[in-house]
Amino acid sequence: MEHGLRLRASEWRGILLQTSKRAIMGIISSGFRGRGHSDNPALPPGQYETDGFPVLSAGPAPDVHTAEWEFFIQTETGARHSWSWDEMMALPQDEVTRDIHCVTSWSKFGTTWRGVSLDTLFESVETTFDFTMAHSYGGYTTNVPLEDLLDGKAWVAWEFDGEPLERAHGGPARLLVPHLYFWKSAKWVRGLQMLQYDEPGFWESNGYHMYGDPWREERYS
Amino acid sequence: MSGWRVADVVGARRETSTARTLSLRIPGLGGNLAGQHVDVRLTAEDGYSAVRSYSIATAGTGETLEITVDELPDGEVSPYLVEDVSVGDQLEVRGPVGGWFVWKPEHTSPVQLIAGGSGIVPLMAMIRAHEASDNPSAFSLLYSVRSEEAAIYRDELATLAERSAKLAVDYVYTRKAPAGWPAEPKRLDQATLLARAMPVQAEPSIYVCGQTVFVETVADWLVRAGYPPATIKTERYGGTGGTS
Repeated sequence: MEHGLRLRASEWRGILLQTSKRAIMGIISSGFRGRGHSDNPALPPGQYETDGFPVLSAGPAPDVHTAEWEFFIQTETGARHSWSWDEMMALPQDEVTRDIHCVTSWSKFGTTWRGVSLDTLFESVETTFDFTMAHSYGGYTTNVPLEDLLDGKAWVAWEFDGEPLERAHGGPARLLVPHLYFWKSAKWVRGLQMLQYDEPGFWESNGYHMYGDPWREERYS
Repeated sequence: MSGWRVADVVGARRETSTARTLSLRIPGLGGNLAGQHVDVRLTAEDGYSAVRSYSIATAGTGETLEITVDELPDGEVSPYLVEDVSVGDQLEVRGPVGGWFVWKPEHTSPVQLIAGGSGIVPLMAMIRAHEASDNPSAFSLLYSVRSEEAAIYRDELATLAERSAKLAVDYVYTRKAPAGWPAEPKRLDQATLLARAMPVQAEPSIYVCGQTVFVETVADWLVRAGYPPATIKTERYGGTGGTS
C-alpha cells in the first residue's frame, strides 16, 4: 500500500498559491475591523496615530538642573567641545514641527520643538569619524550615524509645544532626531562621543535595531 | 526575530471582568525570558492591520506562552483579544522582544516587584519563573489594584505565597478593600510604599510596571528614599520597549 500523498501539478500550484497568499496577507482575524486604514501618508507602516504623548523609559527619570547641565561633543583627538546651559541658549535657535514615531507603534503628528541644530554645534568640531554615541544623564546611550545628525535633521531641544520640556519627556533637554524611531532621540541628553565604527547603545544591545528607520520598520535586530 | 509567525490560540481564560489570558503556541519559538513582550498583529478582511505589544505572563523554553490582555475601553486591539478571539483561532506574533526588563534565574539579588493594575503581567512571569527555579532569592510583590475583584492572578498568587517560603505578596487597594482589610482604600503613597517594600539595605533589584504616572511616581519615590537608580527597572503597560 502506498500512503504517499500524490497531487497533480495543478493541486500543488493551488497549495503554493495559498501558502504565498497566507504569507503576504497574513492571518485574517475574522470579525476584526479596527479603526480602518489611515488615509494619512505620513503614517509609517505598522504605526497608529495618537494624540497623547506616551512616556517610555527604562528606569527612573534623572533630575538634572540647568545650573549643572552641559552638552559635550568629544572627538577622536580627545578634544571636548562643551556648552553650558547659558551658552546653549545663546546659540541660534530653531523652531521645528515634525512627526515623531515610537517603536511601540504610536506616531504623533505635528509636534513643535525649540532647540539648537546639531549643524550649529558641529560647526566648530573637526572629526573624521562617521558615527556617534549619544550619552544621557542617568546612563542611557543610543548610537546614531553622524550624517543623521547633520543637514537640518537633528537638534538639542528643550521646548515642546511652547513649554519647557518636562522631565519625564527628557527635560531639561533631549536629542531630537525625528526621522528615526524616537528611542534615538535620547532623553536627558548630555553629549555625543564620536565613534569610528557603529556600536550598539542601550536598546540596541537589548534587541532593538541599530539604525531604526520607521519607514522600513527597523524595530528589532 | 524580526519576522512574523503564526500563533495558534490553544487556551483562553478569564482573569477579571476586563482581563483575559490567551495561551499561544508558536511553532519554532525557542522559549522566552520572564519580563519580555510580544507584538500581536491583527488583520481585518480588507487588509487593514493593527499591531500592539503585550507582556508575556510566562517564561520558559517551550513553544507555548501566555499573554494576559486587559481590555482598554477605547482600545483598538485589546477588545478583540479579550472578547472575540477563540481557541483554535490564529494570530500573528512577533518576538519575544526585550532584554532589559527581564529576570533570569541566575540573578542573585532579592527582588522587589511593584505592580499597578495590569502591570502585574510581566512581573507574574518573573514570579512564576522564580517559583519554578531553585533560585533561593527572596521575592516580594507589592500590587496596587482597584479592588480584590480587579486583581489579576489573585488565586494563583495566594496559593504561591502560602506555599512558597521565598515569595511575599502584598496588596494596596485603591478603590475598594476586601472586608477586614486593615487599611482604607487609597492610592499608593510614599509612606506606604517605603513601609512595605524591601529596605534599601537589602539591596533589592526593583521592577516597576504599571501606567505611566504610577511608574514615574513610584520610581521617583524610590530614588529619593535612597534606592540606587541603576537598580530600578521600569516598564509602562499598554506599550513596552522603546524609550520615548
